[in-house]
Amino acid sequence: MPAASGVMTQVSWPELAEIVGKENLRAATAADAIDGVQPQMVAEPGTAEDLARALRWAHDVGLKVAPRGGGTKLGWGNPPVACNLVLSTARLNRVLEHAWADMTVIVEAGCLVADLQKTLAAHGQQLALDPLWPERATIGGILSTNDSATLRVRYGSLRDLIIGITAALPDGTLAKSGGKVVKNVAGYDLSKLYTGALGTLGVIVQAIFRLYPLPRESRSLSFSGTPESLGQLLLAVQASKLTFTGLQLRAAPGSAQLDIRFDGTAAGIQAQVKQVQQIAGSMAASDAPANTWTSHQANWNGADPALVAKFSVLPAQFAAVCALVERAAGAQSLAWKLVVQSVGTGYARLEGSEQGLRTALLAMRDELAKMGGTLVALGCPVAVKRGLDVWGPPSDAQPLMVRIKQRFDPDGTLNPGRFIGGI
Amino acid sequence: MDARILKEFRAIVGAPGLITEAEQLSTYECDGLTMFRVLPLAVLLPTSTEQVQAIVRVCHREKIPFVARGSGTGLSGGALPVANGIVISLARMNRILEVDLPNQRVIVEPGVMNLSVTLRVAPDGYFYAPDPSSQQVCSIGGNVAENSGGAHCLKYGFTTTHVLGLEVVLPDGSLVHLGDRTVDRPGYDLPGVFVGSEGTLGIATKAILRIMKKPEVIQVLLAAFNSTNEAGAAVSGIIAAGMLPAAIEMMDNLAIQAAEAAVQANYPNCGGLLLVELDGNAPEVETLMEEVADVCTKCGAWEIHVAQSDAERARVWTGRKAAFAAVGRLAPAYIVQDGVIPRTALPHVMSEIVRLSAEVGLRVANVFHAGDGNLHPLVLYDDAVPGQPKAAENLANDILRLCIKAGGSITGEHGVGEEKKMFMAEMYAEPDLNTMQLVRCAFDPENLSNPDKVFPRPRLCGEKPGVYEPHPLELAGIAQRF
Repeated sequence: MPAASGVMTQVSWPELAEIVGKENLRAATAADAIDGVQPQMVAEPGTAEDLARALRWAHDVGLKVAPRGGGTKLGWGNPPVACNLVLSTARLNRVLEHAWADMTVIVEAGCLVADLQKTLAAHGQQLALDPLWPERATIGGILSTNDSATLRVRYGSLRDLIIGITAALPDGTLAKSGGKVVKNVAGYDLSKLYTGALGTLGVIVQAIFRLYPLPRESRSLSFSGTPESLGQLLLAVQASKLTFTGLQLRAAPGSAQLDIRFDGTAAGIQAQVKQVQQIAGSMAASDAPANTWTSHQANWNGADPALVAKFSVLPAQFAAVCALVERAAGAQSLAWKLVVQSVGTGYARLEGSEQGLRTALLAMRDELAKMGGTLVALGCPVAVKRGLDVWGPPSDAQPLMVRIKQRFDPDGTLNPGRFIGGI
Repeated sequence: MDARILKEFRAIVGAPGLITEAEQLSTYECDGLTMFRVLPLAVLLPTSTEQVQAIVRVCHREKIPFVARGSGTGLSGGALPVANGIVISLARMNRILEVDLPNQRVIVEPGVMNLSVTLRVAPDGYFYAPDPSSQQVCSIGGNVAENSGGAHCLKYGFTTTHVLGLEVVLPDGSLVHLGDRTVDRPGYDLPGVFVGSEGTLGIATKAILRIMKKPEVIQVLLAAFNSTNEAGAAVSGIIAAGMLPAAIEMMDNLAIQAAEAAVQANYPNCGGLLLVELDGNAPEVETLMEEVADVCTKCGAWEIHVAQSDAERARVWTGRKAAFAAVGRLAPAYIVQDGVIPRTALPHVMSEIVRLSAEVGLRVANVFHAGDGNLHPLVLYDDAVPGQPKAAENLANDILRLCIKAGGSITGEHGVGEEKKMFMAEMYAEPDLNTMQLVRCAFDPENLSNPDKVFPRPRLCGEKPGVYEPHPLELAGIAQRF
């Protein structure tokens, strides 16, 4: 166990077993490794208080801790500097309160996204978000990775949906911010700070969300064309008064589609379909296939080795991004495809040799930076990750981020090294 | 104030940008909450980011606390000066720097008025969504500090949803860029933390805003009920039917009388008035408006009217937005509160407000953002009558406690500021407040930026945090920590 052999001999694991219960502490296997860094143990506390106690214990004896939900995105981020203990939220999986008349829900961090959605749907409501792998991903996991997809254009991302949070800090503090009302400006909004922090500031144990009604009806159209013509169509749609709940561009060598989704009343949808067809002019539309809106997820499937990079650009740059990815992939003879949401975030998938992926990654990042965009290597072979920061170059706010990390986690207990600039 | 420092300040902003005369300083002694007044040592009016930086550097070096100020319309004393400190007014940094319609972004300086953004992009069919009632005079910088809302945030979200990036002068004078034009910039969501921090984390000198396309159709329905409880039931009915209006506002009889007297909005004289605004594509708005009217009728509405024209809609909203000021016609003085409750607690909280009001013998007018449970009770009193100001303050505080007890918040959009900081300890536990303080200490370890606001008592940031483990990239000499 190379990563933490130094501390192993002094650690008294039975102390942790006493906190979380013997049956909830097990030896880690190879399947628990993060980017090849092997933890020793996996603990699954059953309450937020036990989780906070376990975290404090680990901190006090000098262990490095990786919080884990469903483990679907465990490979995101830089390889950890060290990892001794995986702290799993798997048993914190309850929906605590669905106040449907107030359109809010209080849910534990380990609850699966699909399970939460099922509970909410009983009252015709939803967490208006369609993250990756909802059947396996947890609330804490999607929060920590700030996952979002096609619904974002209408409902925003998690930062816009979360209204309250409770997190455990390395010193064992359990602290909340926000509450269960939609409108609340009392104190700092820490829910936004923990969202997307990849578990480097605290372990999220509970979240409160505002909810939206499920749509009454829905219809989606797809248009085919060149990236340039579809990029123009996308801008025209954005500049129109259409109220879509999904708008994305998909591209692969030799093919490109624009997908648009309308939700609402039958009459409203019908009117909008007519309008979008008018805007599209001679470009023919077809009803979008059922899997259209899970394209972002499909970009994670395929041959290895592969790079799945998340990029963020401005809507007017979409056609340029398609060209840029095609160029970078072509230069290394890599297969490629991409999907981008109209808010500007997208996933590009490249397949080929590790050396080629690495070269293409750096080339795409350079070109995107010139356009004011960013690129994060999310799905990435460990060998490609070595020697680069998967998050890209830090901004002038990096020293401030480091100071925040030092205040929340002064000893670097949580996910050391996995976040931007080595945080 | 030390002449040497004043000289330095004058060199930065020029003589016209420095105010030290007591008479002129008194303009800045309070914000929209006039019960607290403090005269600052000086007021500085910078015209550029560089000037703000230079001022803050001096403050940092000399340990002079500073309070940033936008238009001074805040209602919680957030811009209240500190006696031994200065006020930095951003009023002269009021340029719209860039309008990017295809990408729906506008970049502004902090002194730009909220409404100016919408006016600038309206000819092209866009608008800036956050619309606090003071939008004609309040500034974007102030909105950023307070995370301002407005009637339409029910559907469109608050300032924090619409601010994508910020240029910020930190309390040590350094300049950082939080967020960006693009979304999801890698790193912590610092705009998310900064927006709503009430000036305690630094001074925003630029903001990147998201603008939206104006809906095809906007309609407002007015429904008259005998009581706020009946109107409240209609709100629940609308939500239960799976509709999300752009705004749902409620006024009680006292508030209606005030608004009528002030701007003749043609409101029906009733016990509970509901304004429901729907927007979107025409066929959908038409269908849903019929459903809203049905729900209202079933809940006891005896008059329903849909404002059709833009002019009529504007008049309806003028009445609502003028309600606070209009209440001034009913009493010599009033306190406005900003509590939030889960929407379903409305009948209970309303009956408690009525009970408390009767007990104390002071009238309370009620204006609500009913869709999101944000109450604005206006406690009316006569400041010439001995004991009444205190009784009014106590009543307003008791109403806030009602909100906390109902699982709500002490402030939905006005901020904690000076006024409600003691309530933070009632709403949050000690560990919650200590954790928020970690953020404060990371941004402002010397406690110089709007000190002693928001949190119940001054806190120290303590010793330097522990040493951090080096990243392998640092060890390999590939990356370095700043």
